[in-house]
Amino acid sequence: MSKRSATVYWTGFCIVLALLIVAPLVLPEFWRRFLTEILIWGLLAMSSDILIGYTGMVSFGHSAFFGLGMYGAAAALLMVRPPNLWLAMLYGLIGSAAIALFVAYFSTRLRDIYFAITTLIFSQIFYVIIFTWTEVTGGENGLTFRRPPLEIPGLFSEPFTSETLHWFVLAVVTASYLILRRITQSPFGMVLQSIRENEPRTRAIGYAVDRYKIVAVMLSGLFAGLAGVLYALQNRFAAPDFVYFLVSGETVIFNVMGGIGTLVGPIVGAGFFLLLREAFSRFFTEYYLIPVGVIFIAMVIFMPQGLLGFMRRWLNQ
Amino acid sequence: MTSVLGFFQAIPYEELLIQTVNGIVTGMILALIASGLTLIFGIMDVVNFAHGELFMFGAYMGVVVLAATGSFWLALLLASLIVALIGAALQITTLRPLLGRDPLTTILATFGISLVMQNYALWQFGPVARKIQEPFTGQFTLFHLQYPWYRVLIAALSAAIIGAFWLFLKYGTYGIWIRATTQDRVMAEAMGIPVLWVHTAVFAIGAGMAAASGVLFGPLVGVNHAMGLDWVLKAFIVVVVGGMGNLGGSIAASIFISLLEAYASIWVSPAQAVIVSFVVLILTLLFRPTGLFVPTPK
Repeated sequence: MSKRSATVYWTGFCIVLALLIVAPLVLPEFWRRFLTEILIWGLLAMSSDILIGYTGMVSFGHSAFFGLGMYGAAAALLMVRPPNLWLAMLYGLIGSAAIALFVAYFSTRLRDIYFAITTLIFSQIFYVIIFTWTEVTGGENGLTFRRPPLEIPGLFSEPFTSETLHWFVLAVVTASYLILRRITQSPFGMVLQSIRENEPRTRAIGYAVDRYKIVAVMLSGLFAGLAGVLYALQNRFAAPDFVYFLVSGETVIFNVMGGIGTLVGPIVGAGFFLLLREAFSRFFTEYYLIPVGVIFIAMVIFMPQGLLGFMRRWLNQ
Repeated sequence: MTSVLGFFQAIPYEELLIQTVNGIVTGMILALIASGLTLIFGIMDVVNFAHGELFMFGAYMGVVVLAATGSFWLALLLASLIVALIGAALQITTLRPLLGRDPLTTILATFGISLVMQNYALWQFGPVARKIQEPFTGQFTLFHLQYPWYRVLIAALSAAIIGAFWLFLKYGTYGIWIRATTQDRVMAEAMGIPVLWVHTAVFAIGAGMAAASGVLFGPLVGVNHAMGLDWVLKAFIVVVVGGMGNLGGSIAASIFISLLEAYASIWVSPAQAVIVSFVVLILTLLFRPTGLFVPTPK
């Protein structure tokens, strides 16, 4: 890509980032929280974009990774005194990575719809386990816990405010974006994209396709788990509802609405979806999914590229 | 030797037999749902996520018609017809434009449909479960249990509907059209079969069958807006285990999986018994991804 185009890209990146940094200072409390939530759901959607957009595998089981991240964080926050932010992240990531390895090992042997169904079923297995194992997971009621302070060991430690929480989430999401972007442009990412374009040929060239797929699913699961940890931090609870497959479905919706294979597209999609939800729940109260669902169907039919699909090439330079 | 004897004595034979009957009854309902689903997949590569919602809509239509007319059988018939029409409309508006695109986009579209239908039902009928009165309440004694005749009737009726459908596929002109389209879409079109309308008809038939099983199943549990979710997952499992697009296979798989779940629920809670069918699915996908109940592909 040309140098000029890259300059434009990074300028755009900095402007958006700056806007997101300033946003909590000007927005009222409700919208501040809303923006943080968009970023968290966006991270979840972005993690599944690695599979949907770059490797060509549609996962319907991301709720499992997300949920395990939540419950991992919950475990750390409930068991270790005093609650520690970094330990919560570590536990969440270990939880989701372990699950992701398990799911990846089995599901990557299958393709297309079969992959989608297998991941869906796996997430339902974890849902049933979490839902029925009341002694450990709190069952239907889930777990509630206190939010740990924001601390850097040896430097400072202070309780989260809604601004610092937003900045913390923003930092994590931005770092994740940059890492994922780097990964998709690395030789490894190129192999993933060639699997998407033509799997038999990639295999014929001599790449161990199965191994690449397993790593892709694990990577994706890891970042989904990170999103789960952030969500747990924001809402101070973990509930089995977030492991249910409707969350995975919403993740796919975010991707399709925003544009797959763009990494930022899913974040935009999440924002678009949540805004639609907000707007329609004024008129339709809890039945907002009726108009949102209709819009989604229309987008699948008439706009399969999503909102940002037209700039896919430019975003991936 | 004594330990072996002890093992055999510890098996609760009565429970096993009761659960066998239960398993067959749920299996037949599941088969009624899954045979539509598998046919829809086989003929147009559509993974219909909204199938559970068609089932749920059928149950609600049953409630409405039953309240209006008071006749269960009329409710069964009308609900199936109405939902079949809804299915045809859905197919024409959303799935037809997606023809020829990646099958995965149909998952997305039908997932959207299922969200809309589920919330529409919640909006129209409210969160409180409705009840369908069973057409008759006779019972017979099965060991220590009073077993309702109605459950046996469900199994028989489901079998009858599936049987009639099978005969239609085998001997009816339109049934032959459907089978021809499943085998080779392009060739069927070349022979003058209106493939597009065959797709619509199959979707409508599948929807109608799902609705019929919804009405039949309604009296056993309450009718609510989320009842489709469990069933669509189970139906997916059945369709994959039975071999995608394979009618006989999915019927066998329905009964197989329902029996396994029924036996499992002797020892663990029914919520956990679901895991058994998940495990069957995963094992199937790993070792025989073409399905358990199909001849080995050459």
